[in-house]
Amino acid sequence: MSTAEGAHLEVNGLTKRFGGLVAVRDMALGVRAGEILGLIGPNGSGKSTVMKLIMGIERPDAGSVRINGVEVARRPSHEIARMGIGIVFQHSRPLHRQTVLENITLALLPDKLTRLFADPAIEARARAIAARVGLSAVLDRRPGTLPFADLRRIEIAKAIARDPQVLLIDEPFAGLTSKETAMFSDLICELRDDGRAVLLVDHNVKSVARLVDRVLAMYVGERIAEGTADEVMRNETVRRVYLGGSIETAARAESSFRDSVTPFLEVNNVNVHYGKAQALENVSIHVHAGEFISVVGLNGAGKTTLFNTISGLLPYSGDICREGTSLRGLTAATIARNGIVQCSEGRDLFTDMTVRENLDLGGQHLPPAESVEQIGWILDLFPILRERQKQTAGTLSGGEQQMLTIARALMMKPKLLILDEPTLGLAPVILEQISKALERLRQTTAITVLLGEQNVTFALPHADRVYVLEHARIVWEGKPARFAAEAGTGYL
Amino acid sequence: MHSISTARVLLIALGVIAVASFLPLWVTGYILGLLTIAYYFGVFAMAWDLLFGFAGEVNFGPTFLIGTGGYTAGILDNLYQPPIWICLVAGALAAVTGGVVLALPALRVRGPYFGLTTLVAVLILQNFIVVAAALTGGEIGLTVPDVISISDTTNYEIALWFMAGSGAILFSLSRSPVGLILQASGQDAVQAGALGFNVTKHKLAAFIISAFFSGLAGALLVFYLGTASVGTLVDITVGVQIIIAAVLGGRRTILGGVLGAVFLIAMSEVLRPLGDLSNFVVFAMALIVVLVFPGGLFGLLTRTKESG
Repeated sequence: MSTAEGAHLEVNGLTKRFGGLVAVRDMALGVRAGEILGLIGPNGSGKSTVMKLIMGIERPDAGSVRINGVEVARRPSHEIARMGIGIVFQHSRPLHRQTVLENITLALLPDKLTRLFADPAIEARARAIAARVGLSAVLDRRPGTLPFADLRRIEIAKAIARDPQVLLIDEPFAGLTSKETAMFSDLICELRDDGRAVLLVDHNVKSVARLVDRVLAMYVGERIAEGTADEVMRNETVRRVYLGGSIETAARAESSFRDSVTPFLEVNNVNVHYGKAQALENVSIHVHAGEFISVVGLNGAGKTTLFNTISGLLPYSGDICREGTSLRGLTAATIARNGIVQCSEGRDLFTDMTVRENLDLGGQHLPPAESVEQIGWILDLFPILRERQKQTAGTLSGGEQQMLTIARALMMKPKLLILDEPTLGLAPVILEQISKALERLRQTTAITVLLGEQNVTFALPHADRVYVLEHARIVWEGKPARFAAEAGTGYL
Repeated sequence: MHSISTARVLLIALGVIAVASFLPLWVTGYILGLLTIAYYFGVFAMAWDLLFGFAGEVNFGPTFLIGTGGYTAGILDNLYQPPIWICLVAGALAAVTGGVVLALPALRVRGPYFGLTTLVAVLILQNFIVVAAALTGGEIGLTVPDVISISDTTNYEIALWFMAGSGAILFSLSRSPVGLILQASGQDAVQAGALGFNVTKHKLAAFIISAFFSGLAGALLVFYLGTASVGTLVDITVGVQIIIAAVLGGRRTILGGVLGAVFLIAMSEVLRPLGDLSNFVVFAMALIVVLVFPGGLFGLLTRTKESG
């Protein structure tokens, strides 16, 4: 640990538990003035929690957070802010009824009840800050009328308005175009050159490599590597966490599937927009009957959007065909009843009902005898659920809940099963169990699976083919065996 | 709506109030009486909007503050007959004290629990008034020996200018830098904290200000009516009417509360021939306005001004 002298921010032994889950364990990091430290880790590794602990939004269970040697851990957020730490949240949350200028002015106000009249000096400073982040042209507009990148600018403007010595930035580039990313990178570098200490939180090294002086990698709440961006990318543990080391793949050739002429599912040039942000851009994929397809992509790449579009939950342009027939115009319920079943990220179990009741619900549309038979088969597939049949779903562990979610989806006898990030927030040992169940599923049934993952270790072994989704576009398609060589660097 | 400048809104409001102050020349004492009550309700609604619209806290117990103020003033007058202004000040202070006692623990809990705490406070006050009948008059109500004036016109003018003063203070506050911090605290307490604002302090201040105006208006109302009773000052349905007036008039507008209160009382008077149905119609109309025009009456007015 290189907590050099004169460090502006120094974190030691930081630990946070949520119930039984240790979100952050014995974390240590230091950021000096005029330095950018990248804090990276896959989803659920605890990096956002570290940031909240530093800012005082969550209270640490143990450990210390020092700013210039002054202990601030367990103090309220507003005091920590006044000690010189600022934060740029990932999601912009401006005051919508106020103008951009007023939003920035807000951040400049002192925490006093006596400030009843506007101060022209404060407004002048707000204008100067707006000019610095490139908001001068839109000062009198309301945030709701602005493009996404400008909302980000407002967040940065608010953070630097308080002139923090230490700046925490959460995923600064999510949802931005490459041009905007370059502009924000320049801005962040300028803030470092002002002599601030910057902690940059992101998913992978690649996205922050050009910017950071050092990188610290986290995995399930712990520090696994620290060094320059190159060192961390070469680090064995990091490679294993992100790429899964050497992965045994069992891909079947695409031509071996019976319907290789007309695939079971075809997605052609699909575009989806959320307001101003483009969530999918000319995405085309196809899935043959019986095939196991993995769509790999980082948070925000568009995986969930793609699956929701296929399930009929989002408006889109382009075409989605099932066995040659367009799905356009069908309701989500019809699409699901006809056999395209999605297990969403959120799991959506009935937590007050037992495991068995959840499964029974999934089999509502089946004749009773068939339902019982299906449950028997599913309980063979997930033996642990057989033991837990009478337990309420809410008392299951995260991994068991995930299995139950998949099991319930299987009760609908899907032709195509869509799994959206089944590994989210699960410990490695649980991953193994789910992985085994998927393998059995693949070998014993003719089911077609479309799996969305950012955990490459989990996504590759079962896949026949892999798509890589990045910034709303499919950037790579191929055999899992070629993934590490051809697309792997994007995941470090 | 914020597109109209603070000064302009205050100027227009002053014009309306100047006209309203000449009403006693044209209308009957009965209508003046109704308006007097409407104006006090307007203050209740404005004070409530400061908490809900700006601090983001739903106070289901505006009548706790009003009742504490009104009954304190009334009881003091009943027992010792000091000058009325002392009773009024005591009422306002009691409401502030009660508000702090309630808000300190209530602001520690998040989300709907704040609202529930305030709701329970009303029930406690209501029960206390009934139980301590010797002091409070219990269910029959408390008759105060003094009134400010027996002249309809004087009472009307007092209510009007009290409402105008309260409105000017609350409205200016809502648009001041402190109002901005308060709004930020209400909309996103985490972010407000990260920007260095002590969210609890600002919300508590809002609660105190709200309590002050509610209590003072409650005390004034008691000295206008000559009585204090649970049914007019404390009951949950009174609180609900205040909330409806504020939302109907326009959430986050402060001044909308007055429009809402006048509208509610005027409508129930106009619809009186309908008997029991009148309340039903009034509330149905309120519901439609809220659903169709989320900006409320105030939003509707400012919008027509903008387009015209």
